[in-house]
Amino acid sequence: MNLRGRVWKFGNDVDTDVIIPARYLNTSDPKELAAHLMEDADPRFPSKVRPGDIIAAGKNFGCGSSREHAPIAIKGAGVSCVIAKSFARIFYRNAFNIGLPIFESPEAAGRIEEGDEVSVDVEAGVITNITKGEAYRATQVPPFMQQIISAGGLINYVAERVKKDGNL
Amino acid sequence: MGMTITEKILAAHAGREKVEPGELVNVRVDLALGNDITAPVAIREFERIGVDRVFDRDRVVLVPDHFVPNKDIKSAEQAKIMREFARKYEITYYFEVGRMGIEHCLLPEQGLVGPGDLVIGADSHTCTYGGLGAFSTGVGSTDLAAAMALGETWLKVPESLKFVYHGEMPEWVTGKDLILYTIGKIGVDGALYMAMEFTGPAVEKMSVDGRLTMANMAVEAGAKNGIVPPDEVTRRYVEGRAKRPFTFYASDPDARYAREYEFDVSKMEPAVALPHLPENVKPVSEAAGVGIDQAVIGSCTNGRMDDLREAARVLKGRRVNGSVRLIIIPGTQEIYRQAMREGLFEIFLEAGAAISTPTCGPCLGGYMGILAEGERAIATTNRNFVGRMGHPGSEVYLSNPAVAAASAVLGRIAAPWEVI
Repeated sequence: MNLRGRVWKFGNDVDTDVIIPARYLNTSDPKELAAHLMEDADPRFPSKVRPGDIIAAGKNFGCGSSREHAPIAIKGAGVSCVIAKSFARIFYRNAFNIGLPIFESPEAAGRIEEGDEVSVDVEAGVITNITKGEAYRATQVPPFMQQIISAGGLINYVAERVKKDGNL
Repeated sequence: MGMTITEKILAAHAGREKVEPGELVNVRVDLALGNDITAPVAIREFERIGVDRVFDRDRVVLVPDHFVPNKDIKSAEQAKIMREFARKYEITYYFEVGRMGIEHCLLPEQGLVGPGDLVIGADSHTCTYGGLGAFSTGVGSTDLAAAMALGETWLKVPESLKFVYHGEMPEWVTGKDLILYTIGKIGVDGALYMAMEFTGPAVEKMSVDGRLTMANMAVEAGAKNGIVPPDEVTRRYVEGRAKRPFTFYASDPDARYAREYEFDVSKMEPAVALPHLPENVKPVSEAAGVGIDQAVIGSCTNGRMDDLREAARVLKGRRVNGSVRLIIIPGTQEIYRQAMREGLFEIFLEAGAAISTPTCGPCLGGYMGILAEGERAIATTNRNFVGRMGHPGSEVYLSNPAVAAASAVLGRIAAPWEVI
């Protein structure tokens, strides 16, 4: 699978309160959440972001709360993937679990700039910066997590297992 | 090569003799926790799995605490989804308004978590129970859904960081200050994916309340879990309280740590974390003088009896500054009642403070003390991100309860000794 889109660039330690402020957590509807994505960092972001766009950021992306509403809001806005130098651990799990592609790549996070056109070969873990004519490698994902991705998220993976083993 | 306490608990729950950092293991879960924000999403996912019951109705705990008592219609709908699920699946430990508490104050108090447990919760501050010598970590709603169905989850065995706190704690210095200094030292991703093990004479002398506060903020350094080796202090707390058998684990002398840090606490002052990251830590005397509009004493970090007593010690016979709103939130119904019995409410009310029913409310900008644009608060909570307590143009300073109380009295960030 290949993802391709225009990049929005953010800095280090983007926390989940910035991704989706807690005042909107009284719903979990992806479209409603997407309408407020990143608005405390840039109030116009929800109206600027287009389906397919890519978010790139520095270290510790998604730090703070465990709210799955954060990756749900990003996915709900149609963002195709997030590339960062590193991810906070709960956000990392959540993104895999709900099927939001994320890529850890210090090199890509350092080189990619806002507005760059970027494509990602998901299987190969190769990030290509079309604007700059460069390619970067993403950190390898453990095989078990690849199975979660192939199943289409954790719940599908667990449901398949339950179906096979009977009601555990 | 020996194992750390974290590795031992993970090995025991994976049915293994030994585990190594970096390994992915499937572990049995002693308890799975959700709240009114995260459980509704987990319930939606749970219903897709195709099971007709939770793995053990005594081991799924549901606590409405974030936006309850319901703050608006949408929150009421969310709380209702959780309440109806609890009824349908006959969840033993669902805590209704009036019988509840902030989840991470409530579960230790009710003896639902104990030493040696492996707990996951769809709340990042689930790491709090490490204060009792449990392995506990925050996950998202989908992980909670899978654990509610299977009674197990997958985890990567973390590397451990060891923190040794030497020396005698000066007056007014608490577990909150130790953890703030530690985060200030290593940064908000200084323990990313790792275990933080808190040890040393200062921790050994600390109450369980203080230890829970330290473990609570491990996630603010990016950690997977924080943990204090259980001892006699722990035993006195859990005996007669624990609803399940517990096991004391200890790190082997030759256990492996990615790094070790040593701190001398004897020269420390209470700490304050400046906006907008918990790593922006300064001694209170360097932060003093900044004017405040609101002070909040409570939360899963500092809503326990020790915290309320510290605040009362500062507030006794004093008045909250005319320009400040002081909001005090006991962590559970039991803490509420105990504080009332001890006469703390009289002190708080005489001082001009508002006392709230237990709720996470203002900590995450939910309700019960939202900040307007340009307003500034000092809070005993755990995060001071942009917009955390309200308007993105507001500010939060983090401190211990005595500093928050002293600041409320003087109308500016202040050390307790400026008041007493």
